[in-house]
Amino acid sequence: MTRSIRRRVSEVLGILVLGLCALLVVLALFWILYDLVATGGSSISWSFLSEPPRNGMTEGGILPAIVGTLLVSAVTLVFAVPLGAAAAIFLTEYSRRGSLNRFIRLAIRNLAGVPSIVYGLFGVALFVRLLGLGASVLSSGLTLGLLTLPWIITASEEALKAVPDDTRQAALALGATRWQTIRTVVLPQALPGMLTGVILGMARAAGETAPILFTGVAFSLPSLPGSLKDQFMALPYHLYILATQHQAIEKVRPIAYGTALVLIAVILGLNAAAIGIRYRLRKERRA
Amino acid sequence: MTDACRSAFCRRSTPYTRFRERLMHGLFGLAGLSAVLILLGIFILLAIMTAKAFTQGEPPLGSAGLTAREISELPPTEREMLTIGVRPISTSNFLGSAVWNPTSYVKRSYGILAMLASTLMVTLLALLLAVPIGVGAAAYLSEFAPHRVREVVKPLIEILAGIPSVVVGFLGIVVLGPILARIFGMPNGLNAVNGGVLLAIMSLPTIVSVSEDALKAVPRSYREASYALGANRLLTTLRVVVPSALSGIIAAVMLGMGRAIGETMTVLMATGNASAFPHGLLDSVRTLTATIAIELGEVPFGTVHYHALFAVGFVLFVLTLVVNVISDVVLHRHQARYS
Repeated sequence: MTRSIRRRVSEVLGILVLGLCALLVVLALFWILYDLVATGGSSISWSFLSEPPRNGMTEGGILPAIVGTLLVSAVTLVFAVPLGAAAAIFLTEYSRRGSLNRFIRLAIRNLAGVPSIVYGLFGVALFVRLLGLGASVLSSGLTLGLLTLPWIITASEEALKAVPDDTRQAALALGATRWQTIRTVVLPQALPGMLTGVILGMARAAGETAPILFTGVAFSLPSLPGSLKDQFMALPYHLYILATQHQAIEKVRPIAYGTALVLIAVILGLNAAAIGIRYRLRKERRA
Repeated sequence: MTDACRSAFCRRSTPYTRFRERLMHGLFGLAGLSAVLILLGIFILLAIMTAKAFTQGEPPLGSAGLTAREISELPPTEREMLTIGVRPISTSNFLGSAVWNPTSYVKRSYGILAMLASTLMVTLLALLLAVPIGVGAAAYLSEFAPHRVREVVKPLIEILAGIPSVVVGFLGIVVLGPILARIFGMPNGLNAVNGGVLLAIMSLPTIVSVSEDALKAVPRSYREASYALGANRLLTTLRVVVPSALSGIIAAVMLGMGRAIGETMTVLMATGNASAFPHGLLDSVRTLTATIAIELGEVPFGTVHYHALFAVGFVLFVLTLVVNVISDVVLHRHQARYS
């Protein structure tokens, strides 16, 4: 009797410890969010979001960094989404099995594991130097495009795989060719799912610092970028310099906190949108 | 299109449609291969730059308008730049020295051992913290958590994975650093422990979600057999499910390790970046990634120092590739076993 009670107690304790581990992971997230909101919240105001920095970044807002981040993310998507979606179509619609498929998948997984600073090196050597694009929005966008490509491929693949096979077969039975089937039957159904992948890819691109460090981001600029060949300011880099490189680090801390909060808000907003779309899709599919 | 055709997809086989089909197949195939080509491209470009670091020196600059006497009074490395140029790196220096000082006035050195040790130290510390917590969390989510808890926790873990490394590094400076400084009585808390804790947080999502998938893949029959033998749920999880999923969990840990090795901004901001060989966890360390991030912006294009940074990048690339491939092989073995 006592032995069974002891067993029962040890089981409950054990499960509690495991649950505590899960709680710890969640707490890490809440710790990050709480600290940013509690300390950074007071820095946020309309002028913070709508004005450029003034007085050597000790006053004013972060508008150029917000614009730069959105601009470079857009370039990233223009490059990575068509390529990633096409690659996913090849993997799900043209070569589902076989050694080529497996080989490509291996490459995608390894590409996802390449350190972001290595993408930065690659971007400097290829885009900035070899292709002569210079340090620019374009170079950074392309570098980030390479980095987000594996994620966009994987997410698009998930969406394509979720399209039931019988709709494909029905189209083929009506006499459609493979491309016609993809264009008129598969893609329309997979599009919302692919959109979540695109949004998540954008969130990743917006938060990366190391790949843009040497491919186009600037400390401070007098005006917003006018073309894709211009340099730009970006939220993550702005935060980095305010936190480590500024000569009055303590003085600009509120601005750094505010920048971190805006960056997190942009990324969480994108994530929430993606999760929301996915949730609705699942509901529709069940219904 | 003929009038007789009522289907949206009629006239299946004209030369035009056949050509279009082949064209689309080719284009999609090319896009599919892009991942392979990019990976190959990164490898080749880094390899070429690395080869340059070991073979291509810089030519002497000449007297630069200085008299012989002025030249003889210059520091040794500057005198060399004028008279014999900069010599390429030697392999024994690169892989055998702990001194990284490409801009020294006395003697240039390109040894990566200190950085490599720093990277490994921070990574191992991160894993030491993240593996027990991450696997524990995965076991809870996969074996015990009520459905609703799982539905809430899993998106939260995804969000944690999306927190940018620069924000985590920032919190390392403003929150964790002061805490560590107070605990250990140091002027600032920017050291290996700080970086390790932050990297643990950053690799947790990978470890949790991949481990959870591995645990989920263990067939129900294993658990039922264990219950039939009288084991309770905890015992079943610890003695049957986790050991059965071990290869998948190892793969998860390797993936987390790959992320930690390659993480740049967090360690750059939180570890203090002292370039000496680390002797303890409370030392300020400078990792492979941080070195590239610090120096690439300042070094002139085409110099030995410039190429040396690509050589460091090549080491990082190979290191993470090996870790990822091992994790891949282990994971596949795990999946093959239970499918």
